[in-house]
Amino acid sequence: MAKSIDVSDLNIYYGDFLAVENVNMTITARSVTALIGPSGCGKSTFLRTLNRMHEVIPGARVQGKVLVDGQSLYDPQVDPVEVRRMVGMVFQRPNPFPTMSIYENVLAGLRLNNKRLSKSDADTVVERSLQGANLWTEVKDRLNKPGMGLSGGQQQRLCIARAIAVEPQVLLMDEPCSALDPISTSAVEDLIHELKEQYTIVIVTHNMQQAARVSEDTAFFNLSAAGKPGRLVEMNPTKKIFSVPDEEATEAYISGRFG
Amino acid sequence: MTDLDTAPHTAVALRGGHLPRYAPAIAGVVAIAAGALIGITVHWNLAGIAILAVLLYMVGLTIWSRLVENARRATDRLVTSLVWVALSLAFIPLFSLLYETVSKGAGAINGKFLTWTMRNVIDAPGGIYHAIVGTLLITLAATVIAVPVGLLSAIYLVEYGGPSRLARWIRFLVDVMTGIPSIVAGLFAYALFSLIIGPGTQFGIGGGVALSLLMIPIVVRSTEEMLKLVPHDLREASYALGVPKWKTIVKVVLPTAMAGIITGVTLAIARVIGETAPLLIICGSTDSLNTNLFHGQMTSLPVFIYTSYTQAGANPEILQKMAWGAALVLIVIVMVLNVLARVAGRFFAPKTGH
Repeated sequence: MAKSIDVSDLNIYYGDFLAVENVNMTITARSVTALIGPSGCGKSTFLRTLNRMHEVIPGARVQGKVLVDGQSLYDPQVDPVEVRRMVGMVFQRPNPFPTMSIYENVLAGLRLNNKRLSKSDADTVVERSLQGANLWTEVKDRLNKPGMGLSGGQQQRLCIARAIAVEPQVLLMDEPCSALDPISTSAVEDLIHELKEQYTIVIVTHNMQQAARVSEDTAFFNLSAAGKPGRLVEMNPTKKIFSVPDEEATEAYISGRFG
Repeated sequence: MTDLDTAPHTAVALRGGHLPRYAPAIAGVVAIAAGALIGITVHWNLAGIAILAVLLYMVGLTIWSRLVENARRATDRLVTSLVWVALSLAFIPLFSLLYETVSKGAGAINGKFLTWTMRNVIDAPGGIYHAIVGTLLITLAATVIAVPVGLLSAIYLVEYGGPSRLARWIRFLVDVMTGIPSIVAGLFAYALFSLIIGPGTQFGIGGGVALSLLMIPIVVRSTEEMLKLVPHDLREASYALGVPKWKTIVKVVLPTAMAGIITGVTLAIARVIGETAPLLIICGSTDSLNTNLFHGQMTSLPVFIYTSYTQAGANPEILQKMAWGAALVLIVIVMVLNVLARVAGRFFAPKTGH
């Protein structure tokens, strides 16, 4: 069910401002692709174009092509809502729905999309998703407690469970560990390792060790100067990026000699 | 050893003088005593003595604190006293009003008062059942009209309109609506139904329309503020699950803001439930029970109070006492509504699990 993503000649705009220019990239199915680069270089913006969350912001638009398994996401006949059902997303800050319990949070994607579920099916989905997010043992005795009562790391894994409960084909993660402590981070990273068996994962991270630990491929984004659009500098297997990158700029960024 | 090591340190004093914890109480007692002494010797009344005591308290405590403690603490004590004085000033009318209403109105309230109407009652205490029913029905009608309109307007403004020209115009017009005098709302309803049904039409639903005009802007503005408080993260989380926008609003945004919306609606109800002028015009008044919003005159509590006082008849003390009783009932109804709203708000509030 996992799908590959082909991006060609993608330009991303906020109004008239060109934020990211001319991205060409192929993301392999059932693998983890990390996006790294300095703040403001357009990694998150690019990530959000992969499930059409970009256009939620007024004035935001794109030019170019994004193909998920051959289907163009930006075809005029494509419904962005359907795209988002196929491409799930986990955000930087954990954002469980405050009015819902843990159980309801996991089921939110299905329930809000009018899926009729029998009680036993719902239980199965909740258990499978929470197992998948490595959260089941911690919360199985308090499924009806509010999701906001969990710790930050647990909330983030709850959000991952919520995202995988709708069985997307691609999972996008926007700095999923930046608000978490090292133990929760490690739990989420273990989870990413397990999830890549089934899902195509694209993760934005500021933590280069994390990119090195979890990803198969790494894409380095950079901007040439403040106010200029961000661009994809280099995309290669993670091992190559972190040992012998093709570009001078990548080497400089990774080794900390940025500038 | 260098020079730096031997350089003399100026000691920073972390400790300083402290007034005892009960210093404000001492200052208060002394200020009241001194104020009373001075006031009685120069024959001032109670209000003069109270003002003098407050002034003495603020000056005395500030100087005392300045002498023993430091300037920052003295300022702190002065401003704290000012805040308390302001709070007490705000409470004086409230407590005076409650005391007056309870002391004059409580005696009027009994079983008959709450269950009888004024039909065929002359020169004897009757009941205000018809007015209570009228108030509740008219306010209910106003709420039923105003809440959907206000809620949907606020949803448009926050979720769809944004900074567009239309939304800015709507916001401006809602602000203008806030300033409509209530009597004008009543005249509007009267004119409206005179045109639709016939001249001189007076009935309950007209009052509902008039009051809803006063409620709508309050509901719109309070709901708008509450919807703006819902974090954008939650909307994005919902969109990212493939939930359509309208469903995100209904299932995620509104439940999250529900507690605040209910509070806003209650405030709007409390604002209009005591309106007299528009109802006097469009609902008229009657001594009998009328439960049909769409036919015949209907008395509400404020109108009952007004007519009882202005047309008190041969034995004014009977009707005037009933007017105070009705005022007390009205206050109680508003308070009960507020408590209910609190309970409902707590029930709907986002749960934190603590």
